[in-house]
Amino acid sequence: MKRRVLTEPKPVRVALILVSLAFLAVSLVLPLALVFVEAFSKGAAAYAAAIREPMALSALRLTLLTAAIAVPANLVFGLAASWAIAKFDFWGKNALITLIDLPFAVSPVISGMIFILLFGRLGTFGPFLQGHDIKIVFAIPGIVLATVFVTFPFVARELIPVMQASGSEEEEAARVLGASGWQLFWRVTLPNVKWGLLYGVILCNARAMGEFGAVSVVSGHIRGKTNTLPLHVEILYNEYQFQAAFAAASLLAFLALVTLLAKSFIEWQTGRRASAGSVENEA
Amino acid sequence: MNSNRKAFLAVALAVGLARSAYAADATLLNVSYDPTRELYSEYNAAFARYWQGKTGKTVEIQQSHGGSGKQARAVIDGLEADVLTLALAYDVDEVGKSGLFAADWQKKLPNNSAPYTSTIVFLVRKGNPKGIKDWNDLVKPGTSVVTPNPKTSGGARWNYLAAWGYALRQPGGNEQKARAFVTALFKNVPVLDSGARGSTNTFVQRGIGDVLLAWENEAYLSVNELGPDKVEIVTPSVSILAEPPVAVVDKVVDKKGTRAVAQAYLEYLYSPEGQEIAARHYYRPRLAAVAQKYAGRFGKAPLFTIDEVFGGWAKAQKAHFDDGGVFDQIYQPSK
Repeated sequence: MKRRVLTEPKPVRVALILVSLAFLAVSLVLPLALVFVEAFSKGAAAYAAAIREPMALSALRLTLLTAAIAVPANLVFGLAASWAIAKFDFWGKNALITLIDLPFAVSPVISGMIFILLFGRLGTFGPFLQGHDIKIVFAIPGIVLATVFVTFPFVARELIPVMQASGSEEEEAARVLGASGWQLFWRVTLPNVKWGLLYGVILCNARAMGEFGAVSVVSGHIRGKTNTLPLHVEILYNEYQFQAAFAAASLLAFLALVTLLAKSFIEWQTGRRASAGSVENEA
Repeated sequence: MNSNRKAFLAVALAVGLARSAYAADATLLNVSYDPTRELYSEYNAAFARYWQGKTGKTVEIQQSHGGSGKQARAVIDGLEADVLTLALAYDVDEVGKSGLFAADWQKKLPNNSAPYTSTIVFLVRKGNPKGIKDWNDLVKPGTSVVTPNPKTSGGARWNYLAAWGYALRQPGGNEQKARAFVTALFKNVPVLDSGARGSTNTFVQRGIGDVLLAWENEAYLSVNELGPDKVEIVTPSVSILAEPPVAVVDKVVDKKGTRAVAQAYLEYLYSPEGQEIAARHYYRPRLAAVAQKYAGRFGKAPLFTIDEVFGGWAKAQKAHFDDGGVFDQIYQPSK
């Protein structure tokens, strides 16, 4: 009888579960399934042809290249920033935390515009870049910059709470025992935050590959040159090549699913580690 | 933890993947507007063949498409186009004004630098259930009209000016009546997309609206792509002669050393082969012989020019589409 008081009446529970399941089905499962159904609507051969098409391959390459630069850059930045914020007290710390969140708050289109205003032909650094024949916007550097900007909160945001929670006692102990700075970082700090770090990297990577708005502004949409996979999907759709558009979209959906799986795996690992840790503590 | 090494490997792999497998003697970037995708993908191949035959050199032509105004903006901001093939002269003027080429660009090629022309027609649902035959059917209550936003789309500006010109040319037509007519027309517009292709998708794919105001070539392409069992074309009694112009971007070709090939690229549009390709994609050719051959494809309704009715693009743009112009005064998003 005691349990009954603590839980909602059964109809309420069932209704809540049904509502969330229906919502999930309509907003997530259905569209995702549709992407794959449409992608294969003309058979596996047409699907393979759409993906092997040179423009699609070049878009895929550019997307991977962008992520391969943006993610490590944000990994280094995220580690540095979260380390500084979690372990030290300094003037302007709250301002730094707010600034890290800025890309979340700003519309991606505005993020792209910022780079046009800075590096465009008529922008702040335009004449200098023109004079030295350096291309940033409407070329790969601009796409990478915009992606780095949009994705930079992910790693730092994941790491700050983890670093704060792990405290600095272990580091202080290592210091007293004579560890050097690098030893401290590799042997104590990094192992403590590695799961949080991976989680942040995965989220960062997912966003880097999927970013549309900011990249669309700085890309110039040159086929085979500055088109990323999300932009390629839009182009195909606008050219009445619906099956090919969905085939390219399915690649993105596939990358997202892999990311999701990796994320679940990491959550499971951290969960196991946490429970193992609490057992150890009790013992 | 060897995440550093992994990251390095990932970068190395990606860089390796990204390197270009193919290098032509020259590369041109053609920055164009929305509906020309199919036209230029065929024309680029034809021109590359012609150029190789003539000079022995290979040329690779890259394409960028989008709303005409948006594309002009990108070139002004530094997108390095060798040639512009936009929807209307005003957008090319704007790029010239930013210092990339001289103001007299329109005199450098024949026919006001417009190698092909087009016009504005109506696309309606199969069987024309609303019985739409002419411009005055568009302002009837309960008729839903789809057109892109004249602020960003070249095609939409032609649509707007065609409607205005029609009203002006009716018996007793004057500026006030034209304004009232266009106001009533835009009351019937439920959604404004930013480019012509977006509007076509809204009308055809999403099934919104009774009639789409479209480029003639875009309308024919929709019928071909999506099937004559879905949509059909209605040619109004009178429409506007749209002259989509082309121009070499002097500053860019001089820097890249591509002037000769860029110039040849645009000139070849006027050749019999270029004109044939344009006509096949439902652009009206300039060359009499080709026009004759494809005469059956195009409507015979009279077309007025922007110079006749509006005194040229600069004037039309200032009066109608600039901030605070007539369009801003008459357009209220429908509830």
